[in-house]
Amino acid sequence: MRLGLILSEVGHGLRRNFSMVVSIVLVTFISLTFVGAAILLQQQINQMKGYWYDRAQVAVYLCTQYDEGGNCNAEEATAQQKANIEQVLKSAVLAPLIQHYDFEDHEAAFARYQKQFAGSEGTSFVTPDFLPETFWVNLKDPSQSDAVVERMSGVPGVEDVVDQRKYLQPIFNALNAASITAVGIAGLMLIAAVLLIATTIRLSAFSRRRELGIMRLVGASNRFIQTPFVLEGVVAALIGSALASGAIVAVVQFFVQGYLNATPSSTPFVDLGDAFIVVPILIVGGAGLAAISAAVAIRRYLKV
Amino acid sequence: MIRFDQVSKLYAGNTRPALNSVSLEILRGEFVFLVGASGSGKSSFLRLVLKEENPSSGQIHVLGQNLGKLTNRKVPYFRRNIGVVFQDFRLLPQKNVFDNVAFSLQVIGKSKGFIQEAVPDVLKMVGLAGKSGRLPHELSGGEQQRVAIARAIVNKPSILLADEPTGNLDPATSAGIMTLLDRISGSGTTVVMATHDAGIVDTMKRRVIELVSGQVVRDERQGGYQTHAVPIQRQEPPPAAAGLGSRL
Repeated sequence: MRLGLILSEVGHGLRRNFSMVVSIVLVTFISLTFVGAAILLQQQINQMKGYWYDRAQVAVYLCTQYDEGGNCNAEEATAQQKANIEQVLKSAVLAPLIQHYDFEDHEAAFARYQKQFAGSEGTSFVTPDFLPETFWVNLKDPSQSDAVVERMSGVPGVEDVVDQRKYLQPIFNALNAASITAVGIAGLMLIAAVLLIATTIRLSAFSRRRELGIMRLVGASNRFIQTPFVLEGVVAALIGSALASGAIVAVVQFFVQGYLNATPSSTPFVDLGDAFIVVPILIVGGAGLAAISAAVAIRRYLKV
Repeated sequence: MIRFDQVSKLYAGNTRPALNSVSLEILRGEFVFLVGASGSGKSSFLRLVLKEENPSSGQIHVLGQNLGKLTNRKVPYFRRNIGVVFQDFRLLPQKNVFDNVAFSLQVIGKSKGFIQEAVPDVLKMVGLAGKSGRLPHELSGGEQQRVAIARAIVNKPSILLADEPTGNLDPATSAGIMTLLDRISGSGTTVVMATHDAGIVDTMKRRVIELVSGQVVRDERQGGYQTHAVPIQRQEPPPAAAGLGSRL
């Protein structure tokens, strides 16, 4: 009986404020889509970090006869220097940090170079002795690369020590910036959505102020008076969140999986599993926000 | 039933209190007229009884409850024991007579069966038995007020507050409403009615409380709109008493 009455009041309210309800739906739709996009971007960043950091190595480049920088004197690193470098990598200081390391000589470096730059013009001028011999070091914890870089830089015969992670940093910075932008837009839109919901509920309450006055007079409880208005906001916001969830799933399905994943690259992308983590966040978040703003907006009419 | 102890009410921004140290007691089943000029504090009195306002000082007990100690959450349940009628009827224009009365029961969670039984009963009692399908604008003023009274008493309240219920009605119609209120009072409901209508007060011969500038200047059993007896004696007659004296 009471539930039916409350639901019919909600239906009345939604029909009476149809245009405002549509605007709530649209604004929550857009804002929550941005929220979802920001979450997906963060998931993407984490996934890429996990993927690339596992593969990122610290390269210890040895001197060639053409190098003058670093600890080189335009002389090829000697066998003794190489042995010494290997000794340092195995030393008590570095060994606990290092998972394993590989040595790459001139020929192997050349082969890799040719494969990587096949077809580009410079390859015909490069000979194996141009390319430095390298120790490729895999760390147990990639974030501790500084210790290795620092320790190895001073060793004779080492031309340069490079942490490959630094090549990835700009990509993560760009993704982070995009994610922050999405959060910013989402924040602004959410503020708009909250204000819009509050305004709509006030309008709705104002158009029903006679009923509200009588309800208070005859002793309807605050919860009973409040519930239809809160539900009104929640219903509108739920439609918006459902649309936003649909948009997020569609973007992942058709753009990320259908388009990006089809391009030849080894980068892992977010998949539908990630999108379905975002959906409940959007639904609950949207409904919760609407409920709170509607409840606050209606408080003035509940003053006894 | 209703007891005021030294109750004063000062609205923000006013220097003169709407009620000034009012003490009185209204007993179960009494019919009380509250008379006085506009702005004398009649409406403030009724609003305080309903706890729509809180007193600036003093204590109010209604139905055995100390209103100062009543939490906001309990106020709606407290109000279910009090019916209220206004000069402007306050009906819902888009609902018919039956639904207007039923609405007040629906919103306090009464069952459909109870409503189907109670509403026709109360409409019959107020003399609107055949008009339950009419919309308010299809009714006369007197009939609209009967609907409002039906709504106020359908939940069988212990107290009925009426704020100038005959203010918009002609004398003949008013008499009909008063007969109805008298019948309600006769069934044990305490009725407090604020009014300007001298004729009604004089014919009814009930308890009359007169307010002037927020003070009780007269509390008379079987009184008239204007007194022929000696008013309440005060140790220090309020300044407004002079005005009253000259009016008499």
